[in-house]
Amino acid sequence: MTSKSAAAIDRARSQGRSALIGYLPAGYPSVEETIAAGIALAENGADLIEIGIPYSDPVMDGQVIQAATTEALAKGFHVRQVFDVVAGITSKTDAAVLVMTYWNPVVRMGVDEFSRRLAEAGGAGLITPDLIPDEAAEWMEASDKYGLDRVFLVAPSSTPERMQRTVDASRGFVYAVSIMGVTGARTSVSTAAKDVVAAAHGAGAERVCVGLGVSTADQVREIAAYAEGVIVGTALVAALRDGGVDAVGALTKDLSTGLARESGLTQGTGA
Amino acid sequence: MADAPSGNADNNTAEAFLQGGSLRHAPGPYFGNYGGRWMPESLIAALDELEETFNKAKDDPDFRAQIADLNKNYSGRPSLLTEAKRFSQHAGGVRVFLKREDLNHTGSHKINNVLGQALLAKRMGKTRIIAETGAGQHGVASATAAALMGLECVVYMGAEDCRRQALNVARMELLGAKVVPVTSGSQTLKDAINDALRDWVANVANTHYLLGTAAGAHPFPAMVRYFHEVIGEEARAQILEQEGRLPDAVCACIGGGSNAIGIFHGFLDDPSVKIYGFEAGGDGVETGRHAATITLGKPGVLHGARSYLMQDDDGQTIESHSISAGLDYPGVGPEHSYLSDIGRVSYEPITDSEAMESFRLLCRTEGIIPAIESSHALAGAIKVGQRLAAEDPAAAADKIIIVNLSGRGDKDVATAAEWFDLLDKNSAESEIGKEGEQL
Repeated sequence: MTSKSAAAIDRARSQGRSALIGYLPAGYPSVEETIAAGIALAENGADLIEIGIPYSDPVMDGQVIQAATTEALAKGFHVRQVFDVVAGITSKTDAAVLVMTYWNPVVRMGVDEFSRRLAEAGGAGLITPDLIPDEAAEWMEASDKYGLDRVFLVAPSSTPERMQRTVDASRGFVYAVSIMGVTGARTSVSTAAKDVVAAAHGAGAERVCVGLGVSTADQVREIAAYAEGVIVGTALVAALRDGGVDAVGALTKDLSTGLARESGLTQGTGA
Repeated sequence: MADAPSGNADNNTAEAFLQGGSLRHAPGPYFGNYGGRWMPESLIAALDELEETFNKAKDDPDFRAQIADLNKNYSGRPSLLTEAKRFSQHAGGVRVFLKREDLNHTGSHKINNVLGQALLAKRMGKTRIIAETGAGQHGVASATAAALMGLECVVYMGAEDCRRQALNVARMELLGAKVVPVTSGSQTLKDAINDALRDWVANVANTHYLLGTAAGAHPFPAMVRYFHEVIGEEARAQILEQEGRLPDAVCACIGGGSNAIGIFHGFLDDPSVKIYGFEAGGDGVETGRHAATITLGKPGVLHGARSYLMQDDDGQTIESHSISAGLDYPGVGPEHSYLSDIGRVSYEPITDSEAMESFRLLCRTEGIIPAIESSHALAGAIKVGQRLAAEDPAAAADKIIIVNLSGRGDKDVATAAEWFDLLDKNSAESEIGKEGEQL
């Protein structure tokens, strides 16, 4: 089965670099601005875009993202609008667009219905922070049916058995949580990240992307040395909050300078 | 009365029960279609460790002896089974017995669970426990267990609840716990759980999350029930000893559902015993301001389990409302969702007004001040008693209802005084009561 996420990561790889994945919450500060910021992400070096669905109980998110999603909900964001955001970005860019969502909004809409509409909007798949493969039977079926990527998380605490199970269940890439904690910028990348990526590779994962706590080009560079992709969230949300769409573009451009994987190759030099 | 099975009934298990199978000791992770582990991968290893530790402990005679010793010599178990003769006259003339969890150390059933989990935390080598609390009851119980066992304790509590329950915050601090006001989301119990989970993800190496109710990810629902099963076991043995027969009905209040599952468990396999769970109807289920999760919620996933849930069309959690902080939660334990679907337990809402009338009635007929939570069970028992009497008036005096009096109401005196307008308008207590604070 073809994977939009895998194709986007492989395109970056063919350019001698890791992929950059940028996160934005849908509806913050408005649906239109999420789309504009998503396009700015893609135009300034992001290969994949992760659109978060604001949710009432985001247990894996730190304060910056919580504040943004709480605001989006207060302004009346509805889950169905995430498909407008996805369609708005995929119609204007080549980036693979995934949706990051806690599981209950998907359950409420119906897993099959949600998947159908996501595929229809041009979405690549789902990143599911509170859904483990053990509970994902319905999602496995729907993602196969609609050709969507299923990005599960692995963590420093994942046992070898769970690592294997999660890698086997994933499609597109595996999301390696860099640290035991929630989203939010941190001054240094935990050494645990490298071990998690190595374990995922060891379990057969071809594409592993690292997220949580990554906010600077130097951190991107450090991770790009061993992972196929780097995920940045909180820093982009803060940029959007403080400087609008232009600031998102500028930060993305800066982050993308850290992506080169091999000496002598800089990003954008072509395959 | 709507007690027909509905929704996602697991028909195999329901039929097995009807054919004489057992509903007791359901091990999880699933109760029919409910339960499971809807949790971040980061926490799965900790849940596995907890499950393994719990499974070993409950088969370990030393652990069981420790629990039995604490129950007897620290909590004051067994709790009494008291016949409420004057109260019974208001319940259709049936005989009402109260399971006196209000007499436990710390004043409610909560102590059963916190002692068990704190022992497990020590077995796992964890030095720190965290807990969520609404009004403060579980926080106080957790702080108590932590003090007793020499564990560090951090309690997450909604910022608004901290203000309203300032004296419970002081209680926890007296017991050596640190109380963290939660300012995220709606700043209520569910957000306190969210922040506790965020803490747990970051500190899981040395920290046990001492969840306060029979909800959450496996093994919590089955494990919390296990520590509360003593309620139902005692009640069943006591009524057999005192009256020589089983009750006709058992009633309990339901928030997350830990006191209820504890007493229900003793009677699940007794088909002659009708079982009732009373949810918080708040201002009335028709107003939308309530916490009647099973009555009006829809299945969904929250805080680690699939269960009935108060949610909007987008799957966003809806704020619950109840005069009783202990029942003010938009979710419910998964085993209750299952017991509702298969028709073994009937769940009904009780409004704030009905609960408060029963609160006052028990005070005046029995000299017992009940928790407002437990008052929902009392109000439900009045309804059940009147129905039993209506069905067969001649036999009413022979019918027996057991109510789980899950906690004492000292903590609720300010709320009750305000409700019944008992305070001098100019008194300091009146000012406190207006703010919803506890005395």
